[in-house]
Order: sequence, then C-alpha cells, then structure tokens
Amino acid sequence: MLSEWLYVGVFFLIAMFLPAAAIFIAGILAPKKPNPIKNSTYECGIETVGPSWIQFKAQYYVYTLVFLVFDVEVVLLFPWAVAYHQLPLFAVVEGVIFILILLGGLLYAWRKGALEWL
Amino acid sequence: MTPWYQDPVQFIAEWLRGVLLGWGMPPDGVELVLTVLGAGTLALLAMLWVVFLIWYERKLIGRIQDRFGPNRVGPWGIFQPIADMLKIFTKEYITPEGVDRVPYNLAPVLAVASVLLIWAVIPFTMTVMGVNLNVGLVYIIASGGLGVLGIILAGWSSNNKYALLGGFRAVAQLVSYEVPMVVSLLIPVILAGSLGVNDIVMAQRIPYLISAPVAALIFFITSMAETGRSPFDLTEAESEIVAGFNIEYSGLKFGMFYVAEFLHAFTVSLLFATLFLGGWRGPLAEQIPLLGFVYLVVKTFVVYFIVILFRGSLPRFRIDQMMDLNWKLLTPLALVSLIVSALVAKPLEGMPVAQTLALLVSNGIVLILFIEGTGKKVQRRREIVGKPRPLAVPHPEEQQGAQSTGG
Repeated sequence: MLSEWLYVGVFFLIAMFLPAAAIFIAGILAPKKPNPIKNSTYECGIETVGPSWIQFKAQYYVYTLVFLVFDVEVVLLFPWAVAYHQLPLFAVVEGVIFILILLGGLLYAWRKGALEWL
Repeated sequence: MTPWYQDPVQFIAEWLRGVLLGWGMPPDGVELVLTVLGAGTLALLAMLWVVFLIWYERKLIGRIQDRFGPNRVGPWGIFQPIADMLKIFTKEYITPEGVDRVPYNLAPVLAVASVLLIWAVIPFTMTVMGVNLNVGLVYIIASGGLGVLGIILAGWSSNNKYALLGGFRAVAQLVSYEVPMVVSLLIPVILAGSLGVNDIVMAQRIPYLISAPVAALIFFITSMAETGRSPFDLTEAESEIVAGFNIEYSGLKFGMFYVAEFLHAFTVSLLFATLFLGGWRGPLAEQIPLLGFVYLVVKTFVVYFIVILFRGSLPRFRIDQMMDLNWKLLTPLALVSLIVSALVAKPLEGMPVAQTLALLVSNGIVLILFIEGTGKKVQRRREIVGKPRPLAVPHPEEQQGAQSTGG
C-alpha cells in the first residue's frame, strides 16, 4: 500500500522534472536577445489599454457553482458505486433517490436560467 | 517461470532485482531503485512517444484534407517531428513584460505533468503497469483537474487580455465537461465493483462498450472536450482570441502545451480502450502477457484514429452550443443512464449474459428517448427561426398606396 503511493510520488516528481528539464535545456541552447518592442504584450499591433486583469463574465461563476454541486455529489457516489455488489436492492434504491434529488437540482438550475449562456 | 520473450519487462525487473540484491543492497533500497527506474522509463517513453504521435496525426490530417502531409524528411516524412524538435529547442524564449513569473513558468510543466500522471495507473499487460492503485479512477480524474490548473495559470499570468479570455473559456469548458465524464465513469465502477483500473480490466469478460454503451459514448465525447481539440477548441479559437491561453508563450514553453495536447489525445484513447474495450484482454493474453500489450495497442489506435477523424472533419462549436450540449444533454443523460444501469444490473447479478443484454437494451432505450426528445426541441427551434421576419415586410397600407399611385 505504502509502496504504491511511493511510486505515485516518484512518478509525480519525474513527470514534473522531465518537461522542466526540457524547458531548461532549451533555455540554455536558445539565443537571448530581448528588446522593449519584442517584450511588449501582444494585442493586434496596438498597445494594450488599461490593465490586463479584467473583470470576467458572471456566467462563468454560475457554471462553476453548478459544477461544484455535482463534483461533491460524485465524491459521495463513488463509495456507493464501489460497494454496489455488496449492497442490497434497498441501498441501491437509496442511492438512486439521492441521484434523483440532484437531477431535480439540475432541473431547478435549468428553469432558473442558470444554464443559459447570455 | 515464463520464457523471457513472453513478458520482457517483468523479466528485466526480476533480473535487476537479483543483481542488486547480489550486490548486497538492502531490500527496501532495491525496491526504491526499481520504482525510480520503472517510473522514469515509463514517463520518458511516454514523452518520446509524442514524437511519433505528431507525425502520425499530421500525416492522417493531411490525408483527410487531401494533402500529402509531411513527406520530405526521411521515408514518409517520419523524421519531420525530430527536425521540428531540433528547431524548437533552439528558439528564443520571449517573456513579455509584466508576466507573473512563477505561474508563467509553472504552467507548461503542469500541463504536461497532468497528462503524464495518468500513465502511472494504466495496465499495459496483465503484469506490467505503473501501479494498481485501489483508487485509480479518482486519481485519473484528479490528474485531469491538474491540467485545468495549468491552463488557468497560463491564462492568468500572461498579462494579456486574449490569454485571460482563453483561460476563462478553458476553465468553463473543462470544468463543465468533467461532470458528465465523472458520472459516466461511475457505471464501469458499478459493474466492476472497484476503482482500480486493472480490476476494471480484469472484470471485463465482456467489454463494457456492450454493457454500458451510453457511458462509453459520453466518456468519449467529454474526454475529447477535455483534450481541448477541435471541435471543442474554443480555448484557442484563432479567429476570436488569436491563440487563447498560450498566446504569450514561445519556444519550447509553447511546444510543451502542444506536447500535452497530443499526448492527452492519445491518453484518452488509451483510457477508453482500457475502460470500455477491455484493455489488454483478448485470447491468450493471460498466458502470454506480451500479447496483451499488442491487443491494447491495436484497440488504442482504433480509438485514436476516430479521435483524429473527429478533429479533421468537424467544425468548431460556439460557446453557448458547447455549454448547452454539456449541461442540457450530456449531464442529464449521464445521470439517467446511471440510474437505469444501477437499477437494471442489481436483480440480474450472477447472470452475466442476461445482465449484459438487459443493460444493452435499457441503454438503447434511454439513448433513443433522449435523441427523440432533443430532436423535437431542435425541430421546434428551427420552425421559430425559419419564420419570415416581420421587419422585412413593408406595411400593408404603404404597399396599397404604392400600388394605387403606380397603377
């Protein structure tokens, strides 16, 4: 059990190291000739007006909120799915009722217009 | 003991373990060395595999578009990506002013790492896999989440409005499509009774494509959206936001995003083959593990071919269409098919053939009902849109007046 997670840890380090090493080596090989025009922010040939970190559409926020509900739901459903073979029919139906409630939540969000891209 | 050619990887590992123990290393140290070597080899091979994937995809896309594709460097242009790699290694990094340095440099690394991490839990043969985690699927989903982080970091830190818009779109898209993907992955988990990827493969006496076709379809569409390629490439729509989140990157930092994209497309094919097509399973695969690897490669390339075909033939979605597809079709479909599968599979436990047939029939019914429902809706919308618009018609009195004076 522990050695499994050791493998994941080692793999994570290697997976981070490989692209980082490639970028580092390319940085050594590549020329470096910066100048102010080259380093300016790209925007269709004109200079950027105002700050780049602009306000964003509220719609993104609503979608993320709906996503959060379903993500938490799925975390609760995974143990139910793993234990499915050991569960009696009653417990399966309970799980189904839980999903139905969430489906109701999705329909509510839909009727409220949270899923419309304005 | 199987002969070495039937299971070479296991053979080399055993041999190396014997040699290291013979040198008098403590057993824990030997395990650590083998772990590092195994993980390093797997990750390195996955990275180098991209060189082939780029050639394969360009050649195929070229054929779809009635071109030759790369055909100058080496036979069939097979050395083209190597030449490209040499070129991109010597390209200058242009770091624009005002970028947030730490996230800016971390983003390409994270983008690649998030895809590579998935390879750690995929079983390549019966015996050769990185690790058979008992929470394998959750781990895969978590690695996918890391990729979203890489993209939002890139978009946010670039100090560019286009990059920021691309980052927002990417997060909205990736985060939304994660919902039906995760729900559809629950169905194989229900059928196999485990989250371990190898356990799911072992349980597939009959491939889950047959017992859970709706889940397979949803997983295929959503994982294509997760890779962020055409038709779901809104994050880098050239005509709208130039290049999206990676606009301010150059040289190999830019290349890393492309490595991540190509590798992700292949990795989702690998995942689809593993979870829904039976992975390494096939005739004699349990006696000769190397044969299982061949089966997996063949299945993966079939799926990968379809992925590329999609990319080459479909136009880009609009963002509201993409969100509607996800929230108003795929998510309800995934939830309903999960409910139906859970209810149908339970009474028929212990009768695998009857269970599979019942699941296939019920999935088909669900799919037909959904297609009928959405088809009617689309029809109604077409009727509304198709009506003549009142603005274009002249006022009736004016029309009469015009006629009387003219006549």
